Amino acid sequence: MPRYYTEEHEWIDVDGDVATVGITDFAQGQLGDIVFVEVPDTGAELSQGGDAAVVESVKAASDVYAPVDGTVTEGNSQLEEDPALVNSDPEGEGWFFRLALSDKSQLDGLMDAAAYKAFCDAL
Amino acid sequence: MTETEQLDEDVAIEAATEVLPLDAWHRAKGGRMVEFAGYWMPIQYEGIMAEHLWVREHAGLFDVSHMGQLALSGDQVAEALETLVPGDISALKPGRMRYSLLLDEDGGILDDLMITNEGDQYGIVVNGAVKWEDIGHLRENLPDDITLNHNEDYGLLALQGPKAVDALARLVPEAAGLVFMQATRATWNGHAIAISRSGYTGEDGFEISLPNEVLTAFSDALCAMDEVKPIGLGARDSLRLEAGLPLYGHDLDPTIDPVEGDLAFAISKRRREEGGFPGAARILGHLADGSPRKRVGLLVDGKMPVREGAKLFDGNTEIGVVTSGGFAPSVGAPIAMGYVPTGLSEPGTAIAAEVRGKRVACTVAAMPFVPHNYVRKTGA
Repeated sequence: MPRYYTEEHEWIDVDGDVATVGITDFAQGQLGDIVFVEVPDTGAELSQGGDAAVVESVKAASDVYAPVDGTVTEGNSQLEEDPALVNSDPEGEGWFFRLALSDKSQLDGLMDAAAYKAFCDAL
Repeated sequence: MTETEQLDEDVAIEAATEVLPLDAWHRAKGGRMVEFAGYWMPIQYEGIMAEHLWVREHAGLFDVSHMGQLALSGDQVAEALETLVPGDISALKPGRMRYSLLLDEDGGILDDLMITNEGDQYGIVVNGAVKWEDIGHLRENLPDDITLNHNEDYGLLALQGPKAVDALARLVPEAAGLVFMQATRATWNGHAIAISRSGYTGEDGFEISLPNEVLTAFSDALCAMDEVKPIGLGARDSLRLEAGLPLYGHDLDPTIDPVEGDLAFAISKRRREEGGFPGAARILGHLADGSPRKRVGLLVDGKMPVREGAKLFDGNTEIGVVTSGGFAPSVGAPIAMGYVPTGLSEPGTAIAAEVRGKRVACTVAAMPFVPHNYVRKTGA
């Protein structure tokens, strides 16, 4: 299952026409202790680069953008009770939402793991 | 992902950001440095939550060298200061300190500050973000024969938490003999320092003024103790919020007078009777008849933080604004402070805040949110 990354520090796992989206370990480390996550409603239509979710640390609220176009099929309800999952397992149990992809060609513009690592190293 | 809110969002960064004497020390300790009040300062080391809880249980060392350390000397300094602040400075005995407010001619708050009678002079500690404006205001309004010294050769540390007294007394034995809001001069390794039992966390603790060249050695000596860890600005903010203490530039500004700011305790009895401070007509009127609005604490329903700038509502009527807010680690829930009409300022009043277009239920709450642990008499 290929995993892609964005310059906004989201990861996206693609399985057929469905993708799972979260924020990267680098991102959670920068944010610090996460105390609240607002995930999109099921059925929400997201467009690439548009607001998708909000993640709040002790200090600040940050927007999470949609890495690609799609329709939300599920938000991670576990984050409501346990937002710290984003700190403890950002690229696993701490996923944010799943969406049905509208335009798989948009994935071509995203980074793979090696490219994302190089991107973070240069920050 | 971008941050939509930052600690220093409304602090004017003048020219180049300056470096404090402990800059390298913070970086070596893993401090994540941010711009604040014109300086690079550590927002956190291991994490805001852990640092916050550490201070409530142990002792945390804060670098607050960005604050302005001023001193006034000359004849009749107390009387002159009383023309600018509403406190009874004449009654302040040597070795005692008092929280006060620098007021503009309309009674608006220009800054909040600590004034200490050091015997031969009055020490004043002012907020870093407005220290240059404060210096200008003092110089302009005090008689020319009063000397105003801005001591940039000294840094300022705060050691806060229930174990602070044990830790500091190992280095400076005089610490154990002070009670809340007392101050004394002392020496450490032959260097002249000043300590006071005071702080900005609601916990017992001390503020220590010492020469820039010994800041690193002194900080190392404290952090070598099991009780002490360095603490960043992030936890300083969440600790003071839980303690119900306002932050200048956020919860207080020149549009707010001391009664509105819920700081009427800073207007001494004699001054209420005599007046003679800036904006006395407005402030004494608000004391007698109530002010139109008041700073209150807010307990927030649910888990979503309500932050600075959120509008407050009573039904569909917009009634005020949140001036500070966030997740409170020791409360385990979001809390906030803000301004509401005095008629809606009673604890228990149900109102709502608006966050990203959604209404969040809030309840007006008495402050502090976490009880203060000040030491008002020594056990010895």
